[in-house]
Amino acid sequence: MGEGEFLFLLAGLKWTIALSAIGFVGGGVAGLGVALLRTSGIPMLERITASYIALFQGTPLLMQLFVVYYGLALLGLRLDAWVAVAIGFTLHASAYLGEIWRGSIEAVPRGQTEAAKALSLSYVSRMKDVILPQAIRISLPATVGFLVQLIKGTSLAAIVGFTELTRAGNIVSNQIFQPLTVFALVGALYFLMCWPLSIYGAHLERRFAVSSR
Amino acid sequence: MNYQLDFTPVIEGMPALLSACLGTFTLALGGMALAIVIGIGGVVLRDSHFAPARWLVKSFVELIRNTPFLVQIYFIYFALPLAGVRLDPTPTAVIALGINGGAYAIEIIRGGVQSISKGQIEAGLALGLHKAQVFRLIVLKPALRAIFPSLTSQFVLLTLTTSICSAISAYELTSVAQRIESDSFRSFEVFGTITLFYLVISWVMMRFFALISARYFSYPVK
Repeated sequence: MGEGEFLFLLAGLKWTIALSAIGFVGGGVAGLGVALLRTSGIPMLERITASYIALFQGTPLLMQLFVVYYGLALLGLRLDAWVAVAIGFTLHASAYLGEIWRGSIEAVPRGQTEAAKALSLSYVSRMKDVILPQAIRISLPATVGFLVQLIKGTSLAAIVGFTELTRAGNIVSNQIFQPLTVFALVGALYFLMCWPLSIYGAHLERRFAVSSR
Repeated sequence: MNYQLDFTPVIEGMPALLSACLGTFTLALGGMALAIVIGIGGVVLRDSHFAPARWLVKSFVELIRNTPFLVQIYFIYFALPLAGVRLDPTPTAVIALGINGGAYAIEIIRGGVQSISKGQIEAGLALGLHKAQVFRLIVLKPALRAIFPSLTSQFVLLTLTTSICSAISAYELTSVAQRIESDSFRSFEVFGTITLFYLVISWVMMRFFALISARYFSYPVK
């Protein structure tokens, strides 16, 4: 494998990182909304968000990407492939992060909500100043774990036809007929992104386990 | 929007799609079976006294858990023939699914084994239980109870992962759908329909596992 092929892989890597970042940030913002609606105490909204989460957790990410990709085109939106794929990952991440953060919000002891209400804090202040700061701490290990899952998931954009790291690997391997070398290298690049995050997540988990004992 | 939804290709392809669901189940079941074998074997090696074995299992788990399944299945797909093993895409997919699921199963099963404290076993023996009874009632059942929820949700995830096996054109739902799609160009209709199929499949699996859990792993008195 020559320098040109390697640089092509790195260009794909750049898109993998960009897709992961967009999906994580966009999904984080939307996911916070999902989590807040899911714990809002309004039965109607809770049911809708619960179904939204169940829909994304009960179907393959690949199908979600296909349906969003072709669904947007069907709505008459002429979008670049990367925008359509990024929207797909954002929706996917919003459901998973919404569920993780719902669990964390509910894991904050009830007394905290009651105390905030007794102090007649508004909903916004109760969430922003009391509940969410504690919930975020609780949710960190699972959130980091999901980020790893999301980075790995961006590889599926390759099947939709978007040239990120895995598809770049596919293209290079078809050119130079060394699939094992190429995919070992591609795997190593993913590993270098995901492994430090996994270690960090495990470290956070251990620390919380100690502090809550 | 002036696009007319047309489900005719989906309806015409329905028999093929429904039998492809069996292909998906075959992949999932094969993958699960292999994952359990790798999981149990991995735990035995992981906690053995032979340091290289421990190190090997640890690296295997980290390697699989931190790389995408798609890259793994491509690698296995190209690596098996070089190792002299010629297999169809479908058995190759089962191997890839089993290896992937196995890495997760090792971590889950290991957690279950570690949740049994030695004092429980000693207490069982002190109460005059037979060794086999101790293993069945004090080791196996609580360990299974501890790992059942995470192991089965991992299995549901593995079933959804089978859709990625379409990348090497193994026989399952997604690859059959892709064939119908490329013949008819009704992409949204085809993929929308099989998305619902997957939703039903994962829901049925979750209900099934919940029933088993309620039947065999619930405590008599809470």
